[in-house]
Amino acid sequence: MTFMKKFLGATAVLALSAGAALADPAIIFDLGGKFDKSFNESAFGGATRWAEETGGTFAEVELQSDAQREQALRRFAEAGNNPIVMAGFAFGTALGEVAGDYPDTKFVIIDMVVDAPNVRSVVFNEHEGSYLVGMLAGMASKSGTVGFIGGMDIPLIRKFGCGYAQGVLAANPDAKVVANMTGTTPAAWNDPVKGSELTLAQISQGADVVYAAAGGTGVGVLQTAADSNILSIGVDANQNYLHPGQVLTSMLKRVDNAVYEAMTAGPDVVTGINVMGVANEGVGWALDDNNRSLITPEMEAAVTAAAAAIADGSLVVHDYTSDETCPALTF
Amino acid sequence: MDKMPKWADIILIPLISLLLAALLSALVILAIGESPWKALQVMVSGSVMSTYGWGYTLYYTTNFIFTGLAVSVAFHARMFNIGGEGQAMMGGLGVALVCIFIPWPHWSLALIGATLAAAAFGAAWAAVPAFLQANRGSHIVITTIMFNFIAAALLNYLLVNQLKPVGAMDPATGRFPEATHLPSFQDMFSTADNPLFRGAPVNITFFIALIACVAVWALIWKTRLGYQIRAYGFSEAAAKYAGIGPTKIIVLSMMISGGLAGMMAINNVMGEAERLVLNSVEGAGFIGIAVALMGRNHPVGVLLAAVLFGFLYQGGAELGLATSIPRELIVVIQALVIMFTGALDNMVRWPLERIFLSIRRSSANGTPAE
Repeated sequence: MTFMKKFLGATAVLALSAGAALADPAIIFDLGGKFDKSFNESAFGGATRWAEETGGTFAEVELQSDAQREQALRRFAEAGNNPIVMAGFAFGTALGEVAGDYPDTKFVIIDMVVDAPNVRSVVFNEHEGSYLVGMLAGMASKSGTVGFIGGMDIPLIRKFGCGYAQGVLAANPDAKVVANMTGTTPAAWNDPVKGSELTLAQISQGADVVYAAAGGTGVGVLQTAADSNILSIGVDANQNYLHPGQVLTSMLKRVDNAVYEAMTAGPDVVTGINVMGVANEGVGWALDDNNRSLITPEMEAAVTAAAAAIADGSLVVHDYTSDETCPALTF
Repeated sequence: MDKMPKWADIILIPLISLLLAALLSALVILAIGESPWKALQVMVSGSVMSTYGWGYTLYYTTNFIFTGLAVSVAFHARMFNIGGEGQAMMGGLGVALVCIFIPWPHWSLALIGATLAAAAFGAAWAAVPAFLQANRGSHIVITTIMFNFIAAALLNYLLVNQLKPVGAMDPATGRFPEATHLPSFQDMFSTADNPLFRGAPVNITFFIALIACVAVWALIWKTRLGYQIRAYGFSEAAAKYAGIGPTKIIVLSMMISGGLAGMMAINNVMGEAERLVLNSVEGAGFIGIAVALMGRNHPVGVLLAAVLFGFLYQGGAELGLATSIPRELIVVIQALVIMFTGALDNMVRWPLERIFLSIRRSSANGTPAE
């Protein structure tokens, strides 16, 4: 009986808070934390931008364990938050179970497809953006050897590397791509020291352009590349400013836009699969004052042409995750 | 001979340590401008004031019971097994293989099979460092912690290259078949008009953890092997003189320890996630060390300490959901409790022993009849 009373009390509290927080959006960050200088931080940036522009508020939580995924989803759904945005493919399974229980709540998942009527799945064509920066790397390289440093060895990162290698070879068919992964555990997302070591190793193999798709590890890659007077390529956010004149470009993955759009649409957010590719500027390459001097007009023309060809479908970049093979690179 | 009465050792020291940790945590929360009282309320109401809260608290507790027992069994032989993390990972691998590749007709059979597989994989993973310690003198602390990394790398390789469904992004196995679904407390205790433990991951494995507590108690204090383990732990030379083979004791106690750590996987892998993910253990192997230390290596103590840490984990999650206290600070609070109850044990013990000694001395002086 007391259990029952307490349970009812708990639901009453939830119902009360539901009234207060009605239709505020919520965002759930993955285990990396919202200040990871990469994916989660980009999502946080999008949510902050929405809050600043609209004056609205949003609920948020950073997870500590896998068991909390379903817990956080249910708590926000029961509190009346709508839509609920989650950053990361790892939410796929939990959302698949939860979505059906809250048909009136809209869920937005980034980097993963969940097939439910109230879920918006945002996926990025990272291979397309990586292809474009790969072309730039192939054209900028004088030694004919370029490097790729991935974070944790998972298919998503191989997708980056595979698109990159295809771009390099498209620009320079004789080029060599050296690829390394930082590690096999999530710690690989935030290991700048190892990123630095791998960069030095790739330089000793002749690489003079290095692309880092490694979250916080990339900071070490870009630093070492700048110290060694070779070029580097940033990822996710525009990282050109980190070492002006020494970062060739950055592969942009606009997670912030995805979050911003979802929160702006609010409870009316359109569900279904939302592919963010070159065509709708979900991915791309960064050109600003910091790297203007590194990009020749020929390079810019070639990449712009390739981007247009990808956008209209005449150029198809192979997606590693479609069949787990890569024509241009062996991992 | 004892400097303190037993009740002081078992109850008073952990309690004082806990209060000190709570006091320091309150100061930390105060320093970032939040109310410690409100934080405590959120933690308590979120973890033990509803069946939903208990559902999560007991889920974490189950994990910590297994890893805590694992550390304590090894510790009775003076083996410091800090490889619970890796052994639980391998246990998860065993569970996953058994659940995916054997078509189980019913969950009860699947549970037995998965438990055996989890224990076998965990024991096998602990056996190698144990053998190296027994026969080559490689220090168990070094080898077990290195085996954690090897387990993580092996699991990563298997998940990414072998077990992951083609095309899936997540480095995890596919979902286990429906027949291996373990009944959760919600399935067992809820009725249609009285939903209990709604959505909480606690499952039947909790009872297996309780059985494991009894089994470990019986093993250590009621069997010949347990006697040998304790004798070896007290004095290696004396045990050898009495004809107890060190190799056998080291390898057996470590394998039992590894098996217990591995059995944690039936809770988190089979009961909760129902698939094997990369980081399924999430530090429970290391929490087990703190649980065993705080529980004085006795199953009852381990059980109580595991409940405390389950409360800290679930309460911490509620703090994250209900307040704006950042999760790093929640880790700080958990770490303070571990530090005070585990590492700083002597800080409380020495002054307390002095107090009890002086009390005893003064009472002895006062009543010479004793």
